[in-house]
Amino acid sequence: MTLKLGVPSKGRLMEKTFDWFAARNVQLRRTGSDREYAGAVDGVDGVELVLLSAGEIPHELAAGRIQLGVTGSDLVREKIADWDSRLRVLEPMGFGHADLIIAVPKCWVDVDTLDDLDAAAAAFRRAHGFRLRIATKYHRLVRDFLREAGVADYQLVDSQGATEGTVKNLTAEAIADITSTGETLRANHLKILFDGLVHQSQATLFRSRREGWCDGMRASFDALADRLQLDL
Amino acid sequence: MTPKAAIRACADRLQQAFVADGATPVETDILLPAETLLDLYGEDIRARAYVTSDPLRGEMMLRPDFTVPVVQMHMDHGADPARYTYLGEVFRKQEHERQRAAEYLQVGYEVFDRETPVVAEAHVFALFAQILAPYGLHAATGDIGILLAAVEGLQTTERRKAALKRHLWRPRRFRALLDRFGGRKRMPESRAKLLKAAAGGVEALLDKGGPEIGLRSRAEVAERIAALQADAAEPPISAAQVDILDHILSLRETSTNALEVLRDIAVDMPALGAAVARMEARLDALAKAGIDVAALDFEASYGRTTLEYYDGFVFGFYADGRPDLPPVATGGRYDALTRVLGQGDGIPAVGGVIRPELVLTLTEGRT
Repeated sequence: MTLKLGVPSKGRLMEKTFDWFAARNVQLRRTGSDREYAGAVDGVDGVELVLLSAGEIPHELAAGRIQLGVTGSDLVREKIADWDSRLRVLEPMGFGHADLIIAVPKCWVDVDTLDDLDAAAAAFRRAHGFRLRIATKYHRLVRDFLREAGVADYQLVDSQGATEGTVKNLTAEAIADITSTGETLRANHLKILFDGLVHQSQATLFRSRREGWCDGMRASFDALADRLQLDL
Repeated sequence: MTPKAAIRACADRLQQAFVADGATPVETDILLPAETLLDLYGEDIRARAYVTSDPLRGEMMLRPDFTVPVVQMHMDHGADPARYTYLGEVFRKQEHERQRAAEYLQVGYEVFDRETPVVAEAHVFALFAQILAPYGLHAATGDIGILLAAVEGLQTTERRKAALKRHLWRPRRFRALLDRFGGRKRMPESRAKLLKAAAGGVEALLDKGGPEIGLRSRAEVAERIAALQADAAEPPISAAQVDILDHILSLRETSTNALEVLRDIAVDMPALGAAVARMEARLDALAKAGIDVAALDFEASYGRTTLEYYDGFVFGFYADGRPDLPPVATGGRYDALTRVLGQGDGIPAVGGVIRPELVLTLTEGRT
């Protein structure tokens, strides 16, 4: 069995991943036509390149169908329960940076911290009869973060896109979303809470901890790790 | 792994004991409307319960516990006083692998009684103790009512007391608030800046906030600023009072000794009196029901990390030497929950549940 390396199948994330490996003398390349999701790994024997949507890589790793994978650390934490018992971080790759943050309307001049958010949520629930709504697609990460911080009287509402617009559209009172520059937030009259950084994400090389590893894979992995100079 | 049929048979035997005590067996739905549960328990329940959707009825949850449907059933068409017993599956999502069962049976017993709450509490506890006596369990007890009374007894504003009571079930947040209100920790820098800016005129400050978006109105923001200003003008809760509260929170004693300690504390904090008197009455009732209260553990903070619906006497039964097992039985008083579900119209309620598969595990472990 060959060792399978899952890599995002398109866009900047794919290009940067190829560059990262190339800088370490491992050539990843697509094979076949531009549109065909097939690839190869040059420089190390017994490693197969699998091109996948970045969002599917966490599950494939956790299920042990691929042994190595590149994806955002936010996606792994969001999608995989108890992620660190099932996957291991091999190396943060230094690109694809994005912060998952909690933002509230700028006109809430009284709210700058999670502590304020909690107090505002209590008053909001009394005044409006329902829990303050936070729009996000990162339910697990945000819920764990707010529980840790002791924020109560909120509810998460699902938003798969244009999350910054939910406040103006009256479908949420606050948001938790990924941002890199904060420009979209500002344009939508939102501000980030001082202590509202849920997770700093970046592209990361993960290894599956699952059974399904054979000796051949381990040998290929050792050769690859050596080439990449991974600190194991 | 214990076969399900064996667990079911064990559950039946346990339930017979509740029936013999005069409880009416009841059934509830397994699919429950998510809204009620979410409103009651908050976002945490979504992490713990299986949520599914129905094309007509919207979001539904697989029964995470029996308390809510049984209380609703009683409020809709039950007559007081009432004793109920139930037996069925509950479902809890597990976020960590190899941890605990996601589906298991519960056998429960609930008493709705307006007349003699402490007698009902003693009765429930003694019944559980008697049913579980063969398994050599260790009982833990507490009283959230004492904690609520202690917060109520602080010489400070209603707003601060409300904030502390709201976070009674989140010990770390409770501590942070107490440190702030007690002047042990300074207010966050952002708060100081806000108060300084607000001193120059709240309207101007709000204008600078930019366009008003969302449901939370300008008036609500102004109201909170006013509340913060009022709070900043308040003196801190005295160190002596914070010490009293700390003393109560850390109290771990036998019930008899705990009562003595609390009686002494009530001299300095008279607001504690009613809750202490109630504890004394309960201990008397427990003694009458055959419980050795001089040997019964009491831990004032017990029950603070569970879902927040117990608001009085709380108890649990644990297998000594098996820290890997969850409590075999838990229970307590939950009057406030009935008030929320009854939209202000509550009924004193106390009850508990046993997990038969744990009872069986302990039985098998000994043979």
